[in-house]
Amino acid sequence: MVPRVSSSSVVRLSRVLKTYRVGSTDVKALDDITLAIPANRFSIVIGASGSGKTTLLNLIGCIDTATDGAVEVCEEDVTRLSDDRLADFRSRHIGFIFQNFSLVPVLTAYENVEYPLILLGMTVASRRQHAMAMLEAVGLAEHAHRFPNELSGGQKQRVAIARALVKRPTLVLADEPTANLDSVTGASIIALMRRVQAELNTTFIFASHDAQLISHADDIFAIRDGALLEHRMETEQ
Amino acid sequence: MNLLLKIVLRNILRNRRRSIMTGSAVAAGSLALLLFGGFTSYIFSGLETGNVQRNGHLTVFHSGYFLFGEGNPAAYGIAHYRGVMELIHDDPILRPMINVMTPTQSVLGIAGNFTGTVDASKTFLGIGIVPSDRERMRGWDPYDTRAVNGLDRRMADSEESVGLLGLGMARVLGLCGPLRLKDCPPAPDTAAAQTPGTSAVNREVLDLADRDTGEHPNAAQGEPRIQLLAATADGAPNIVSLTVAGVEQQGVRELDDNYVIMDLPLAQQLVYGRGEHKVTGIVLQLARTRDMPAARARLAALIRQHRLPLEIRGFGELNPFYGQVVRLFSGIFLFMTLVMGMIVLFAVVNTMTMNVMERTNEIGTTRALGVRRQGIRRQFLMEGMLIGAIGAAVGSLLAIALSLAVNHAGLTWVPPGNANPIPLRVDVLGKPGLISGAWLGLVLVATLAALLPANRAARLSVVDALRHV
Ligand SMILES: Nc1ncnc2c1ncn2[C@@H]1O[C@H](COP(=O)(O)OP(=O)(O)O)[C@@H](O)[C@H]1O
Ligand SMILES: [Mg+2]
Repeated sequence: MVPRVSSSSVVRLSRVLKTYRVGSTDVKALDDITLAIPANRFSIVIGASGSGKTTLLNLIGCIDTATDGAVEVCEEDVTRLSDDRLADFRSRHIGFIFQNFSLVPVLTAYENVEYPLILLGMTVASRRQHAMAMLEAVGLAEHAHRFPNELSGGQKQRVAIARALVKRPTLVLADEPTANLDSVTGASIIALMRRVQAELNTTFIFASHDAQLISHADDIFAIRDGALLEHRMETEQ
Repeated sequence: MNLLLKIVLRNILRNRRRSIMTGSAVAAGSLALLLFGGFTSYIFSGLETGNVQRNGHLTVFHSGYFLFGEGNPAAYGIAHYRGVMELIHDDPILRPMINVMTPTQSVLGIAGNFTGTVDASKTFLGIGIVPSDRERMRGWDPYDTRAVNGLDRRMADSEESVGLLGLGMARVLGLCGPLRLKDCPPAPDTAAAQTPGTSAVNREVLDLADRDTGEHPNAAQGEPRIQLLAATADGAPNIVSLTVAGVEQQGVRELDDNYVIMDLPLAQQLVYGRGEHKVTGIVLQLARTRDMPAARARLAALIRQHRLPLEIRGFGELNPFYGQVVRLFSGIFLFMTLVMGMIVLFAVVNTMTMNVMERTNEIGTTRALGVRRQGIRRQFLMEGMLIGAIGAAVGSLLAIALSLAVNHAGLTWVPPGNANPIPLRVDVLGKPGLISGAWLGLVLVATLAALLPANRAARLSVVDALRHV
């Protein structure tokens, strides 16, 4: 398969290799991956457990570095950025949604959503406005002052979605966001993500091992054993 | 509120029990340091007060007296001492610092009591003083130790032959009964008990006394009298009689067993006879101890300027015991500080390491959100610092409360080298330097202790941290 590198790609990976050293042997988590992820679309990375989805998302999210190859995010060669610059880069461009929600337990729903805006140095007034609007968009405005342990799994993930999107990032990465939820709640979370993706016109990359979710995606990247199997576009741009 | 502070405070509250345990270690350290420090500083004040009341701050001696003169005070008299005192008194720099300036004369000799059935004699170490100056010196109490209560009117400038003895001296001279002293048993009857005037020395003393004073010492009425025999500056034997108005117990036994306090003119007469009356020392008691270096420097300048054969000694040199006690307690305090510092260090390292472990996933999450390494480090440093600050503050308050309770409990104690009990006090509130120093020190230790775990947290790879659940 020849990868299609569109001019409106948010992420470009070229011949990316990622190995982990386990004992005395190198485990190849990603093997020669070249891909381009189109902007403003809802892409899914699908693959069995251990196929390298998380590793791929970590590289795209600039929280991990490739062993070899080029990684370009938002037209920036992120392999050359220092640790602090990478942190700033993530703060500006990337939103994360994790499988285990990963809210800061000592902060309320509202404060969790406000957090990324503080990192961006936004004023109190605009922080309030953006965070409340985002909580409303995920349907949790009335739970704004609850702490994570006072929220259900689905509610936590909604807060996480609000936190990822509140800064209007170029790119949102969701690593198996429904794996810890029951199927009904999971479905509503997928629907919510789809909705906000469309509303905010953000690029979403969503990793899952659940083949049933393919139907929701605009683009599908299937990987197995760290190698890209195929890239299929479900709907035409 | 600042996000960082909010996160830090809430995490401290979240791990309430752990934070309380760690904070308690810090508080205990602070409590121990402050109470002991307060007690120590009070001991120092007490010792300093006792020394300054007795010896003043600075004493001017004839050159060489300090090292060689004790055995022969007569040879090291300060000639024209009134002129020297005038020089000091008129100095515009020294004058405002000085509380009391008074001359003293040391004298060595043999004291004897030959009244009634008693026939006792022994060597003595005498000091001639100006009673009114001595009273003023005894009133020196800037630290409010209340070590001396009331005036001692037993001696007066106008009664030259009235003096006091150390308790041990009085006991040996058989004056327990006549002076109606408590805790002062009479000598047991021994085979060697003598009748008056039978020993060779005593016969000589009696002879001298008869010849010099023309009256028999046994004739004294009321207060007992003793005879003091010494060699004058030119080597001739000399004798005076002293009316003993009472005792003044000395804290050091050797001194107590030998001590005679007498009026300066009497001491001078004993040492110099009909020659020029000099003095051994000119004692300067300053209003404030912290003026000592300045006063000493100025005195030295005066002495140099006028080419006087004089030297200056501080009370610490005259009484090495003072420095020894200060060093001992300072050593104990330092040791305690180190132990407390170690305890706090380990407690905070341990707690912060656990906190970092528990929050590993959270560290990964916030790093993914864009927090820099420095932000993570700062969060954990601040947490350690805050636990230290709160713990040390609580400890300080406890120490203040406890010290006030002790001070109001009316306890007394006898400081080393003292003869009489003084109120036991722990001076914490009056030592803002100690409080803030201990607080800052403990906060610093807690922060340093947090540095290691904080650095580890900051160095975590985001991916590894996120994988940690
Ligand atoms: N930190 C690591 N150390 C060693 N091996 C790792 C590490 N992270 C991932 N791997 C290995 O890399 C491969 C891909 O892992 P991952 O990206 O987590 O897969 P997925 O998210 O699709 O389940 C797996 O074989 C996994 O065991
Ligand atoms: Mg995974």
